[in-house]
Amino acid sequence: MDKKFTMHVDVDAFLPATDEEKEYMVQMRPSSTFFKDGIKRLLKNKVATVSLIVIIVITLSSLIIPIFWPYSYDDMLGVKPGKRVDASYNNLAPFEYGKTELKRIEAGEKIFPHVFGTDSSGRDYFIRVVYGTRISLAVGFFASIIVLIIGMTVGSVAGYFGGWVDIIIMRIVDMIYSLPDMLMVILLASVLKVTLGKAIEGTSLEKIGTNIISLFIVFALLYWVSMSRLIRGQILSLREQEYVLASQAAGAKGGWVIRKHLLPNCISVVIISTALQIPNAIFTESFLSFLGLGVNAPMPSLGSLASDALNGLSSYPHRLVIPAIVISLIVLSLNLFGDGLRDAFDPKLRA
Amino acid sequence: MNLTTDQNERPLVDVRHLKQYFNINVGALRTKPLKAVDDISFSIRRGETLGLVGESGCGKTTAGRSILHLYQPTAGEVEFDGKLIRTKDDIRELRKKATMVFQDPYSSLNPRMTVSDIIGEPLDIHRMYSSKKERMDRILELMDRVGLNSEHASRYAHEFSGGQRQRIGIARALALRPEFIVCDEPVSALDVSIQAQVINMFVELQEQMGLTYLFIAHDILVVRHISDRIAVMYLGKMVELADSGVIYDQPLHPYTKSLMSSVPQPDPKIARANKRIVLSGDIPSPLNAPSGCPFRTRCQYATEACAESMPDFKEVEPGHFVACHRVNEL
Repeated sequence: MDKKFTMHVDVDAFLPATDEEKEYMVQMRPSSTFFKDGIKRLLKNKVATVSLIVIIVITLSSLIIPIFWPYSYDDMLGVKPGKRVDASYNNLAPFEYGKTELKRIEAGEKIFPHVFGTDSSGRDYFIRVVYGTRISLAVGFFASIIVLIIGMTVGSVAGYFGGWVDIIIMRIVDMIYSLPDMLMVILLASVLKVTLGKAIEGTSLEKIGTNIISLFIVFALLYWVSMSRLIRGQILSLREQEYVLASQAAGAKGGWVIRKHLLPNCISVVIISTALQIPNAIFTESFLSFLGLGVNAPMPSLGSLASDALNGLSSYPHRLVIPAIVISLIVLSLNLFGDGLRDAFDPKLRA
Repeated sequence: MNLTTDQNERPLVDVRHLKQYFNINVGALRTKPLKAVDDISFSIRRGETLGLVGESGCGKTTAGRSILHLYQPTAGEVEFDGKLIRTKDDIRELRKKATMVFQDPYSSLNPRMTVSDIIGEPLDIHRMYSSKKERMDRILELMDRVGLNSEHASRYAHEFSGGQRQRIGIARALALRPEFIVCDEPVSALDVSIQAQVINMFVELQEQMGLTYLFIAHDILVVRHISDRIAVMYLGKMVELADSGVIYDQPLHPYTKSLMSSVPQPDPKIARANKRIVLSGDIPSPLNAPSGCPFRTRCQYATEACAESMPDFKEVEPGHFVACHRVNEL
């Protein structure tokens, strides 16, 4: 090696890059959005993914099964027009058949089995559980949506406008917060039952029953407070960001700033708390139905099924166990899924 | 730049006795006014850059924001292009002609919006386009103007560096073709090499679009480079205002003198010859501002007269305003 070390750079060693090489250096990567990132993280979480699958399976089956199931939830199998009530259909154990059905089976007919047996009025229990699940899920879902809409509106107005608006709204929230909520729920549910009953007579709402409607009203009145507090807190910190000022400097008004800047930036908190609100609502609905303040008979819900099962508890324990398991499964998987959502979208909130 | 403009020409922005107080809770139910900006008056000519300097907390940023009526001024008037800003309609018109570039390129861009939506937001607010294509064309034109690659239009702000983010912020400010831009420390968050690029871009844009700037900063060298005139603020009050060369070479107010002596001097010979005037004590809290001249607690020339009354902001030489009782003696 007689070549001396030199700082001089040999110009000939450098060549201009060809277009192809330049192209190679440009790395085009699809722009990853906040949601794509969050969903990627969510799917990596096994517990949350399994919970999501459970929720989807339960929801879909509660929607699809009643379409092809040969029995309906309010069909008393022992009651045939013009005939005496056939009591052999009441209180069947799982996979048992009524008298007339046994005769038809002997004659070579195929009869769809009563998978969970029948209840004390001779109604197919399986379809009642499926229907009850559907009602409970619907109540949970819509109640959470109501809570979300009211909570989000009130919370963002209080947080953005501040001052007197904020003080008045938050004192109202404090008042509602300080009420014992179960007492209020029971009180409102029984009062609304009377007043609403007349109002909806003869309309399509009658079939759903006053109890469900009053349940929604109760949710709307009582449970938006924690959501609105949460959103207010988020908005309070977000509105100090300079991009809000930039938007105002460009001439944006309150509504625009809330819609375009503040709510999109607290959407993760909103999604998470809504997801955690659903099991809460389902639980409350089951609880109220259990106390007899839920859906109108013959409409079943998981809570009212469990409540009815209490009468024959020692003889037919499966009638309490089945809805109880379904409630637990729904609430548990929704809670686990909500936790997964929280971890994926807002790791700061992790407790 | 053009310093020989006719003095009688109507200024683009005329600020008269502007006051901006904030009520601060100092007890359970008692509030006390924080005088962030206390009676400042100045005007900015069309096409000019006015630098605004001062320590942190002296009210520079607040002054910029209340001129744009982002805060409702407590008192005083702002006249823009000969029109007094009074009603909400005036403010709406002002929003189209006057805008702002922010200090922090990280918090001034919404992390949930793409670059094209950020730049297009002012257009969306004022519905300044008739078709989607027209909007996109305008956005791409703006991106090109501030030196951003049009391929980046659909990216999110967090994918960019500080300098690029500040360019996005500038493109947003230019969207409505404004006449006047308040630049609120637009380069303090950037590193020095990027600072130069962005400053030069401000100068180019001014030449191309005939913009007028109020350039707020605490870096005197940056302000001197870009400004035609410089105003110095101390504790919510304006203490001196003059052409940038004059204020740099012959400051009259004791505060400005100490400020100018603190500028690092690259030539060691001159640096040794210059005596650094070091102020003692801290800047007083604007909640308990001293009586009379706000600077008297730290001023080595302070007399009893200084404690009694606030000196007038008077023109001692043509175009050179100072607020000091003893300006003629010093």
